[in-house]
Amino acid sequence: MGTVILLTLTGLGLAALYFLVASGLSLVFGLADVLNFAHGLFLGVGAYGTWWAAGNLPGAGPDGFGFVFAVAFGVAAGTLVAILVELVLIRPLYSRTIEQVLVTVGLSLAGVALLQATWGADARPFPRPDWTRQVTGILGAQVPNGGLLLIIAAVLVLGAILAFLRWTRYGLVIRAGVENREMVTALGIDVRKAFTLVFAIGGAAAALAGALGGVYFGTVSPGQGGSLLIFAFIVVVIGGMGSVVGSAYASVVVGLVQQFVNYYGTSGLGDICVVGLLAVVLLLRPQGIAGKVATA
Amino acid sequence: MTVIDAPRAQVPDELSPQRGRWHRVRPFLPLVALVVLAILPYSTISLPGIFEGPVNSPGTLQLLAICLIFGGLAAGYDLLFGRTGMLSFGHALYFAAGVYGTDILVTRAGLPLWQAALLTITGGTILAALLGAVALRTVGIAFAMVTLAFAQVGAILVARDFGGLTGGEEGLPLDVSGLPAGLVGVTNTVNLYWLALAYLTLVVFVVHRVSGSPTGRVLAGLRDDERRIGVLGLDPYRYKLVAFTLAGGLASAGGVVYVLIVGGASPHITSSELTLSLLVMVVLGGPGTRWGPVLGGVLYMYLDHRLTAFGTSDAVDNLPAVLSRPLSQPLFVLGTVFILAVYFFPGGITSLAPRLSHLTRSLRPRSPR
Repeated sequence: MGTVILLTLTGLGLAALYFLVASGLSLVFGLADVLNFAHGLFLGVGAYGTWWAAGNLPGAGPDGFGFVFAVAFGVAAGTLVAILVELVLIRPLYSRTIEQVLVTVGLSLAGVALLQATWGADARPFPRPDWTRQVTGILGAQVPNGGLLLIIAAVLVLGAILAFLRWTRYGLVIRAGVENREMVTALGIDVRKAFTLVFAIGGAAAALAGALGGVYFGTVSPGQGGSLLIFAFIVVVIGGMGSVVGSAYASVVVGLVQQFVNYYGTSGLGDICVVGLLAVVLLLRPQGIAGKVATA
Repeated sequence: MTVIDAPRAQVPDELSPQRGRWHRVRPFLPLVALVVLAILPYSTISLPGIFEGPVNSPGTLQLLAICLIFGGLAAGYDLLFGRTGMLSFGHALYFAAGVYGTDILVTRAGLPLWQAALLTITGGTILAALLGAVALRTVGIAFAMVTLAFAQVGAILVARDFGGLTGGEEGLPLDVSGLPAGLVGVTNTVNLYWLALAYLTLVVFVVHRVSGSPTGRVLAGLRDDERRIGVLGLDPYRYKLVAFTLAGGLASAGGVVYVLIVGGASPHITSSELTLSLLVMVVLGGPGTRWGPVLGGVLYMYLDHRLTAFGTSDAVDNLPAVLSRPLSQPLFVLGTVFILAVYFFPGGITSLAPRLSHLTRSLRPRSPR
């Protein structure tokens, strides 16, 4: 019983990480039709921003309030990079989908190389508060606190994004834009402002994932974003493009499947099961759990 | 009934393409290039700064051979991306299938090379057909993601080393004892170079023939307007599957040659980064053109290898750290060039020549009338 609870909670921790990355991807894709390969870069910037702030910024540190400050700095850095990327690189290529994908591909290659050039290719130990290294006993299972932190953060982010989408004017514009962008434009609303906003939200969530993922794994390395990104893509497709709630469901399914199959089957089998799940979803329900059918 | 010839439309001089001095020679240029490349190993010229050591030294020949392989791979990938408009992010899988298939069949199963190569290419083609049949049920960006996910399975299978076949993270060195003597050893690098050249020629020939055939015109139609092809009564799915399978087969053939040149398989060739770099090669060279992807592939691999040396050279080391560190990362330089290329010369290298000629023509003083 303890094992099952432990696996469930660590699986949910993994799911939380996927959700933080996938929610932004899904919104960006749903609204702006941009498949954002640079999302892994935002994650890397968040992780390295937090790592740098904890070591160098006055007032920030690996513990207590200093750690919150460091994470906030990392998230701010990730958000800033995301906004800059949208304004400088994506916006001039508005409605040219393939070119946008190409630019984000180039950005992911160059950005990761830049991180690697600045801080080296090797994984660095991540500063984390002592309590995240410990475990909490829940129903007889010893659950690492880092995972619990991720779950709490993901639930908070999910709640915040949903509240933002439901009860604010910009949320309304984004929801309407995902449904029918031309109509929103025809009503005289500048959808491109919403694009920037969505990039900022996605960048912030990804940067948070980077910072908390650093806490969870204990290290930070330039390539970390890339491997997470592929599973985030899978989550986005299974959940349905443009649906935050769909991403949440899909990330829970993917995280749990991966964790359970990797434990009870061979290591690595869970990852393959996830791709199998993707193929099944695409064949039976191409629009995902809740979302629009992806077209070019 | 009398037929009246319509008067020929007047085409302004500046719109009709100019016949260059070389227009008679142009059709033979590829042949000339092939001959030059074929006899290149006989020359002992050394080009300092471009290659280390003379042209026919084994190191240079190996680098050239890898460049040629990737030229061929990029040309095969262009069949998908540039000519059919399919954005696949999983092309590395079929290349890796070629590399690991040959390596495993030769090293672990002890098959002779020709059997291993034949089995691998057949297997790679069938794999492409099967996975393509599933992936092509989606279009556009979803297709890109599905191919990416399939390629990721390949990467996981290789990295986790199921059944102890692939050697996991350390890769699998090729067992050379069963190979033909002419393909083994440093002194025989030249044979591998010719093999790579033959592969490139084969791919260029196949892609050229396919794109010139009626099928190729349907593929171009799919790229431009898929719905219209459907309205004409042709099944887009079948044509795309043909292109996908053919490109997959060509890629696995490239893998067979690559494993001989490098002498083993390493897991990084299964990564999605390889597919991304194929995409970079095609876009840099010029998608949908005959020579663009080949040029892009050759140039990319050359720069990828040489920029590492360039990054550690004195000229770069003496720069301030802010500049020298990023410049020592080949991927940073290539990624930046790629982004600039998407913005400023979208047609790739091959589009530069006509653009430059426009520029020189407009800069030239006009002759008085």
